Amino acid sequence: MTADVLAPPSTSVDPVTWLRRNLFSSVISSVVTLLVAALLVWVAITVGRWAVEEARWDVVTRNLRLFLIGQYPADQAWRLWGSLLLLSVLAGVSAGTFGHTIRVLAVSISAIQALLAAAMAVSPVGPLITIGMLANAALVWAGMVVGYRGSIPRRAIVAAWLISIVVIFLLISGAATPIPDVSSNVWGGLLLTILLAVVGIILSFPLGVLLALGRRSSLPAVRLVSTAYIELIRGVPLVTILFMADIMLPFFLPGEVRIDRVMRAMGGITLFSAAYVAENVRGGLQAIPTGQIEAADALGLRGWQTNLYIVLPQALRSVIPANVGLFISLLKDTTLVAIIGLAELLGIGQSILAQPDSLGAHLEVFAFVGVIFFVLCYAMSQASYRLERQLGVGTR
Amino acid sequence: MTESAGPTDIIVARDVHKWFGQLHVLRGIDLSVAAGEVVVIFGASGSGKSTFIRTINRLEEHQRGQIIVDGIELTNDVRNIAAIRSEIGMVFQSFNLFPHLTVLQNISLAPMRVRKWSRSRAETVGMQLLERVGIPEQALKFPGQLSGGQQQRVAIARALAMQPKIMLFDEPTSALDPEMISEVLDVMKGLAGETGMTMLVVTHEMGFARAVANRMVFFDEGQIVEIGPPRQIFEDPQHQRTKRFLSQILH
Ligand SMILES: Nc1ncnc2c1ncn2[C@@H]1O[C@H](COP(=O)(O)OP(=O)(O)O)[C@@H](O)[C@H]1O
Ligand SMILES: [Mg+2]
Repeated sequence: MTADVLAPPSTSVDPVTWLRRNLFSSVISSVVTLLVAALLVWVAITVGRWAVEEARWDVVTRNLRLFLIGQYPADQAWRLWGSLLLLSVLAGVSAGTFGHTIRVLAVSISAIQALLAAAMAVSPVGPLITIGMLANAALVWAGMVVGYRGSIPRRAIVAAWLISIVVIFLLISGAATPIPDVSSNVWGGLLLTILLAVVGIILSFPLGVLLALGRRSSLPAVRLVSTAYIELIRGVPLVTILFMADIMLPFFLPGEVRIDRVMRAMGGITLFSAAYVAENVRGGLQAIPTGQIEAADALGLRGWQTNLYIVLPQALRSVIPANVGLFISLLKDTTLVAIIGLAELLGIGQSILAQPDSLGAHLEVFAFVGVIFFVLCYAMSQASYRLERQLGVGTR
Repeated sequence: MTESAGPTDIIVARDVHKWFGQLHVLRGIDLSVAAGEVVVIFGASGSGKSTFIRTINRLEEHQRGQIIVDGIELTNDVRNIAAIRSEIGMVFQSFNLFPHLTVLQNISLAPMRVRKWSRSRAETVGMQLLERVGIPEQALKFPGQLSGGQQQRVAIARALAMQPKIMLFDEPTSALDPEMISEVLDVMKGLAGETGMTMLVVTHEMGFARAVANRMVFFDEGQIVEIGPPRQIFEDPQHQRTKRFLSQILH
């Protein structure tokens, strides 16, 4: 006797049924739904009315250049445009080639560029700048189309990124090049925020991984140093480390060695973040069964090969969400460099508020700064969700 | 009991001792294995079978005695250990495949990174081995998508890809559902018969032992109690303990 094979019962529902089941399933749930809806409408109307009728957005638009690049000299701005151009094209091409995860980041970059272009359009910076910014947003998408065709080898793109990072640094600072130096004292605004965050993330990640491996090393000295470092840093607030980097470091360095303030801040942020990355990664390392390492040993892989090909790929994918969370905090923590006198996005906002003609425009300034931070952080967390799914965290 | 080592012996263990803390786990193991021989090791759980075969590729360090594999004595010399390990394949009870790599990548990783083969050569050999263990169609899947029996066959192929002279098996079928045991044993029988591989197999599959083992070794409480050809072990065991253990596992 054979049983009839049945199709599974339909689980899709029409909107009305969905509403009734989820939002109005009982008297209490209906009341809550209506109250929440009323609250949301009220907030939206209040905020919307303020933004359109009352807000003095001219404080933002007048100072847009300051918000974006601080005191970076206007006649050298082409160097920033060059860097932005590289970034837009590469982000687009990478998104087209690698798909998913990078696409979220690239789309976010173009969204921020479009947002800035909108602000530029109503600001006195001029139509040329606005068009330039829009062109960058378009370039991201053009790059995506080119990348999507799949004709560019992945290795070339990775190499292009590595070269571009160096080129962008040289362009912005002018160090070791014929173009004039632009002292990092004048870097500011969004430019500085992004530089601090990107350098912090790129450097603290490998350093943190090494520390985590060091903490499990079979060599006692390595283990001791790694553990001591991690515990020490985690026991101290970032503010303290920034002060130390700013005030103490020059005492320890020979007189002729000068590390400028931005570099010291980057160093402080990197060293701070690395300890937290290390603790995250350690959690991932502990989750790897010993059988994995035994199998690798039995095949004759060397210790570093086992780490590189077997342990880290598994450990790192399981700590992606925690690490992205860390990097989002790092981005927001860059605002703390204000206390050592650097004017990143929020710091610039505060110095603008100190100008006489900006009096009382706190809400406008903080809303603008807040929206930029939100878009950046939201993009990172969305990218991390994609990456998790793409790598099959929790499934494989 | 002691054995004299012959000139063709590829594994020689002399008076091997091992402690875990205070626990004396191996208490003077003497065993010589000739090239091409298939030796089955059996005995009660906790008698030191796993520990012993793991000392042969240095997953465990022995603390007294001597182990010589293919003419190289196992010491703390890192180069010796690396050299020995690339000559010995090992198959574990729990498969220990690398879950983040495809089946083919699992197999080609060590030949590429240790033997420095090109990718194409490693993958060609990998596919040949997958043919041999009967699952070429699974090459691009991940281990988690395979049945236990298939995973263990991949593990065998992974070990064979290094072209070892010796294969160690630690209860390769104990974690498998009953219907999958024979597919793994068949692969192992093929390995013993066609290629003349030197094999050390910890197992309680007595049918397998009877069919392919040259000698059987009975472990009890960290010592070798009895060694002999399967016929003698099954029909005329010399020791009371061997007799009792066999009657327990053959119900
Ligand atoms: N890593 C270890 N640490 C401490 N004790 C161990 C370890 N591995 C095995 N043992 C102990 O050594 C003894 C022999 O274990 P094992 O060689 O695995 O036996 P078998 O494989 O014959 O079942 C057991 O008592 C076991 O508990
Ligand atoms: Mg065992």
